[in-house]
Amino acid sequence: MAFWTIIKVGLKSLIGNALRSFLAMLGIIIGVGAVIAMLALGQGAREQVMQRVSVMGTNLLIVRPGQSIFHGVFSGIQQTLTEDDALALVTEVPGVRQVAPAVGGSVQIKYLGRNWRTRVTGTTATYLPIRDFAVAEGRTFTENEVENSARVVLLGPVTVDNLFGADDAVGQIVKVNGINFTVIGVLKSKGDQGWFNPDDQAMIPYTTAMSQLLGLDYLAEIDVHAEDGADTTRMIAGITRLLRKRHRLPEGTADDFNIRNQADMIETANQFTRTFTILLGGIASISLLVGGIGIMNIMLVTVTERTREIGIRKAIGAKERSILMQFLIEAVIVSGLGGALGIVLGVVAALLVERFTEFTTVIAPANIVMALSFSAMVGIFFGWYPALRAARLDPVDALRYE
Amino acid sequence: MIRTTGLVKTYHLGGATIRALDGVDLTVEAGEMLAITGSSGSGKSTLMHILGCLDRPDAGAYVLAGEDVSRLSKNRLAEIRNRRFGFVFQTFNLLPRLSALENVELPLLYAGARRAKNRAAEVLETVGLADRMRHSPSQLSGGQRQRVAIARALACDPAILLADEPTGNLDSRTGDEIMALFGVLNDAGRTVLVVTHEPHIAARCRRQIHMRDGRIDGTAS
Repeated sequence: MAFWTIIKVGLKSLIGNALRSFLAMLGIIIGVGAVIAMLALGQGAREQVMQRVSVMGTNLLIVRPGQSIFHGVFSGIQQTLTEDDALALVTEVPGVRQVAPAVGGSVQIKYLGRNWRTRVTGTTATYLPIRDFAVAEGRTFTENEVENSARVVLLGPVTVDNLFGADDAVGQIVKVNGINFTVIGVLKSKGDQGWFNPDDQAMIPYTTAMSQLLGLDYLAEIDVHAEDGADTTRMIAGITRLLRKRHRLPEGTADDFNIRNQADMIETANQFTRTFTILLGGIASISLLVGGIGIMNIMLVTVTERTREIGIRKAIGAKERSILMQFLIEAVIVSGLGGALGIVLGVVAALLVERFTEFTTVIAPANIVMALSFSAMVGIFFGWYPALRAARLDPVDALRYE
Repeated sequence: MIRTTGLVKTYHLGGATIRALDGVDLTVEAGEMLAITGSSGSGKSTLMHILGCLDRPDAGAYVLAGEDVSRLSKNRLAEIRNRRFGFVFQTFNLLPRLSALENVELPLLYAGARRAKNRAAEVLETVGLADRMRHSPSQLSGGQRQRVAIARALACDPAILLADEPTGNLDSRTGDEIMALFGVLNDAGRTVLVVTHEPHIAARCRRQIHMRDGRIDGTAS
């Protein structure tokens, strides 16, 4: 029997039982939809993280307090890093071009009647080139201002928009947590990166931040900018040696700080998102499996119900192979069509997530191809047994079946 | 055309063993019209299933057109059913979702025939249903359904027609019409075997064999 004829026969019997066919498909639709949406979410998270890491600038090492337990998960905030540590790094570790000490917090900024809550980073002028920031208007901090805890602030373009609207910000006085600061510059826009917006923040001298605004005695991090072509492995060893000596850590104890470089962060991000994707994909695959079992169930019912039809077909000359193909193709049509509808559902779900939540989703064409072929395989796998049962029916018994 | 010797078929029902066929020797010449009669349980249906290659005997030989078919593979048997036999059943056994034309087309599709639709239409015309081709079986009367079934049996131009109680579900006038149609087909050279328990149907065949307890216990012509 021609292949096209078998497909026509299959379609006809599926349309004849439209509701049942749809219910059989539903499992696959939901399964494939879930797989597509979940993978899109995983892929989106991955790209977001990668983008964020790559925007941070090259040649960057970040020293943070606390032990590194596992791939950047900290044992809690520890107070170990000081300004002197930061200064010592520049003078004593070869390959270090410049460092930027940093502390952070959340503040309320007020200008005339307007209020805006944002992140503040206390740091030095070196932080800007290290983190790939530039000043669009005005100027950055002077050494003098950092040394003297001057009340000067750099604002991100989004922050400026919210506080000043169309007015000129540079030179104005704003209240940061009730303290007067002079706006000395506006940052150049970097674009929203999803998890936090680098265009919405304030930068002040770290000395001012620690003593006057946030009341901190220790640094939250030291950003280290390596010389071009410097050997980061040797630098990490050098920084580790120096900080252990300065912190008087006895031989055999763990570091009370951790150093990460960009490659590490990319690796960590990759590992995290890979795990995330596998986990989501795995959960979704289970629903696909359940959908397959649903198809098998329906196909078994169909075969039993159509025993007499199978008997008739055999009497007029259908071979086992023809019957097998007929039912197998029927199962594959159900799962394949379910897969196609599932892809539509998954894509729509991903787009809705993208539209209405902060998550980014990326639909990889490879995932669609994979989902479609996987659902067809589900049809073959779960359709095989019912189809084989149909094919193996004894013609006399099948004809007698009431 | 058909020659069987010592055909035996046993069934196991629960613990009991039933000898449905207990040594059947039968010869049917090409072009014959034969009735197989007997009460229910006499083994006439089983005999027909084996003659029609729907089933294989447990013992004995079955030579069809010079070929021993009693030990052939299921695939070969399917081909033989397709090319050499046309089946007509008591309950018509049409596929309800298909039109008359599509039902008749079916054996041609399994045979891989070209222009199956044209051939099916031709055969439907010869059984007098040219104007009912697009109807589904449920839109047809019993007699018309049986004509569709006969057309389907004839589609692949088989040498032998096997009819199992073909008039059992029809009123007597329609039954007579169907038997007349078989007569015409037999006159055209086709071998026709009719299984029936109705004497007046059997009487329309040129030869009758009577079965009892899995054996042939009488022949009349």
